Amino acid sequence: MQFIKSNVNIDFIGKRKAAFYLSLAMIVVSIVSLVANKGPRYGIDFSGGSEVKVGFSEPMEAKVLRSTLKEIGVANATIQEEMGGELGAVKGTRYLIRTDQAEEGAKEFFAKIKTDLQNATGSTVEIRAFDMVGPQVGQDLQEQALMAMFFALLFITIYISGRFELKWMLSGVMAGALAGAVYALSIFNVSIPFLIVAALLVALVLFWVLELKYAMGAIVALIHDVTITVGIFSIFDKEFTLPIIAALLTIIGYSLNDTIIVFDRIRENLRKHHRLSLARTINRSINETLSRTLLTSLTTLAVVLALFTLGGGIIHDFAFALIVGVLIGTYSSVFVASPILLSWQGKSKTA
Amino acid sequence: MKVISWRLISIIGILVVSVLYILPTLRPGVWPYKKINLGLDLQGGMHLVLEVEVDKAVESTVDRLYHEMRTRLKQEGIRHGGLERVKTPAEALAVQLSTEDQLEKFNTLLDKEYADLAILDKSESGGQTALVLGLRNEDADHIKRLAVDQALETIRNRIDEFGVSEPDIRRQGDRRILIQLPGIKDPQRAKDLIGRTALLEFKLVDESRDPAKISKGGEPPGTQLLHEVRTDPSTNRTIKTPYLLKKRAALTGAYLTDARVMIDNRYNEPYVSLEFDKKGAKIFAKVTREHKKERLAIVLDNNVYSAPVIQDEIPNGQAQITGNFSMDEARDLAIVLRAGALPAPVKILEERTVGPSLGADSIKAGRLSMMVGGLVVVIFMVIYYNFAGIIADIALAMNILIVAAGLAMFQATLTLPGIAGIILTIGLAVDANVLVFERIREELSRGKPPRAAVEAGYARSALTILDANVTTLIAAVVLFQFGTGPIKGFAVTLSLGVLASLFTALILSRSIFDYLLITRKQTRLSI
Repeated sequence: MQFIKSNVNIDFIGKRKAAFYLSLAMIVVSIVSLVANKGPRYGIDFSGGSEVKVGFSEPMEAKVLRSTLKEIGVANATIQEEMGGELGAVKGTRYLIRTDQAEEGAKEFFAKIKTDLQNATGSTVEIRAFDMVGPQVGQDLQEQALMAMFFALLFITIYISGRFELKWMLSGVMAGALAGAVYALSIFNVSIPFLIVAALLVALVLFWVLELKYAMGAIVALIHDVTITVGIFSIFDKEFTLPIIAALLTIIGYSLNDTIIVFDRIRENLRKHHRLSLARTINRSINETLSRTLLTSLTTLAVVLALFTLGGGIIHDFAFALIVGVLIGTYSSVFVASPILLSWQGKSKTA
Repeated sequence: MKVISWRLISIIGILVVSVLYILPTLRPGVWPYKKINLGLDLQGGMHLVLEVEVDKAVESTVDRLYHEMRTRLKQEGIRHGGLERVKTPAEALAVQLSTEDQLEKFNTLLDKEYADLAILDKSESGGQTALVLGLRNEDADHIKRLAVDQALETIRNRIDEFGVSEPDIRRQGDRRILIQLPGIKDPQRAKDLIGRTALLEFKLVDESRDPAKISKGGEPPGTQLLHEVRTDPSTNRTIKTPYLLKKRAALTGAYLTDARVMIDNRYNEPYVSLEFDKKGAKIFAKVTREHKKERLAIVLDNNVYSAPVIQDEIPNGQAQITGNFSMDEARDLAIVLRAGALPAPVKILEERTVGPSLGADSIKAGRLSMMVGGLVVVIFMVIYYNFAGIIADIALAMNILIVAAGLAMFQATLTLPGIAGIILTIGLAVDANVLVFERIREELSRGKPPRAAVEAGYARSALTILDANVTTLIAAVVLFQFGTGPIKGFAVTLSLGVLASLFTALILSRSIFDYLLITRKQTRLSI
């Protein structure tokens, strides 16, 4: 069986303008949604607060639950039926209750919620899980998560410039300088998101000036993927939690996987057919690896879809992020990372 | 062939080791290695991060020095223009000395007995000398460090006595303590036990004034207003009784040697009986002798438990705490008293509790999605690549086996995101094989014979596979560095999966091809 014929020849590079506008549109929409919603919607992992997962012995309406909570003095709680439903759970018996109270404020909340709910609703209540994250811990986790994303990107780009352009020294020195700068700035208490955006911009400019093409292509594709995934999360009003950060890092690894395989072929074909133009070589390489790109995306999508539908509430959003990531990552390795290699053409004819 | 033989040895070796490590999980007791650890999110349990409020430890040290110095100054007959406890700019003592003679005497006392106090500020005006004394920075830091160490030790003792199997209690950062209690049944009770400061104090009651007429903050100097809170079992109403107490504790729980639960014969109610060490018994005897017919309040964490009238001298260092406890409450109280007080209060910064039913549900859901996802991939591979697909499926099975064995071997923890990591590995593991197979197909379509095509296919894709996997590995390692429990579990399974897929794609499936094409001399390749 074969989906893609071996002599396939689609003009991907010719469509790079259209792809550029599509990507730009997606990024703009993502950023607009993020700005409109005042940043990503952080879960309690990052914003601090308490969250209880309760199970009732009988189905319960959210409305009833809300008024009951108000009666027992838990104001401004958000109530949500658990997504993705556990197996065999009756509809309306699993809820998530969240308040922004934490630390001392949450003590009372947790100590009383079970008996209070039980008394008020007459249903047997089970506390399936309770999470409380203090504001300080939330802040710490937020910073750690951003740092993790940043360092993952940094190390990966070093590896790529080293492996593909044999500029280990150059990329190593650059990475060292960037990491040092981030460290130095962090001493002065510059806010972390700002710090990382600044570092990424500096990195992009450096890649451009130093002509680290492959690294540039890879990192632009990664920023593209992460931004759009975060944007889609914001559009769907989904929450940012620790597992989502893990999903984003996995997307980074996965999308890169795709990108590197195309890059590898480009490098190989550049050596084999040096009479072809760079654009034709790139296009040829994308076509040659197309079958593999699609197949892997397909198998990965299959398992991630299984997780999404069957994995249960906690894993639901995590799998959603991966689905988005796999789709965007596949697109970006073909339409974003590779065309960037052409960016230097105007600059020097030898490229 | 030589090449095949070392590959074969490594394959058999890894297979045997993997099966060995996985056996205890499948059939406990076959050989005494540990099972795969399940994370708190899968087996249920409680994760807590506490912060030791170390500044309070410094505060109480300065408090103690203040009380001590007051007494010493009196004993030595050093007159002064006032000794005060100040909080700004630092926790300190402010003393006024009006004559040269006083200053000299004071300095001598300072040199002799208060070597750890430093002069933070000194000012002179009109023969008056004002001194501000406080702890040196390094001494304060030492107290803070010690407070965290002690808190860690005390909490460990309390949990040990409470009886939790395989608790994990460790320091995190400067002043935080991480506690993991798997399978805990009553999280609220465990939290109360851990979080309680358990500072036991015996304080004399000041009966010269009516406590009901004194408002909070308006206490006369040297006294404090505390309450006894009791719930009437018949009406379920709480009754708050105020007491005016001497601020200075006559005796503290520091001298306790034992605390145990006893049952009162008359009311059939549990109480906690206390036993003091020699020094404590001596102090207790002295206090009870000197203050007969006065009331002595038993105060725990600033709550009055009872305030009995001292009938007679108590020479043997025995006391008891009553306060209509339930059996569990009395038992927990005895535990915390035996384990000792925390040197400073602790605050719960983060708590994650998972009930056993949610954990079981998560395992079930994880297992189901793993089977469904895996099956889809396995069938797809066979349809798409025919016989070669079966080879890829064998590699996939081996891959999962290695990841599971790796988890058991490194005693890593399997969490729910970890299961997701394994499932993701299924998707990624076939990727390496897809890469190779596509390459082989390419070579075949150029007219190469099967053996040469396989050779070229592997040779050309090996580096690509390596590059692609190293980057995923980098992301996983960074995740491991930054992540907490569940996320770490994800990073571990993902890394194991990447490493395993390198092995299964480059060595295992290659060997199967070689066996078929070289040893069995097949001339057709079904791919």
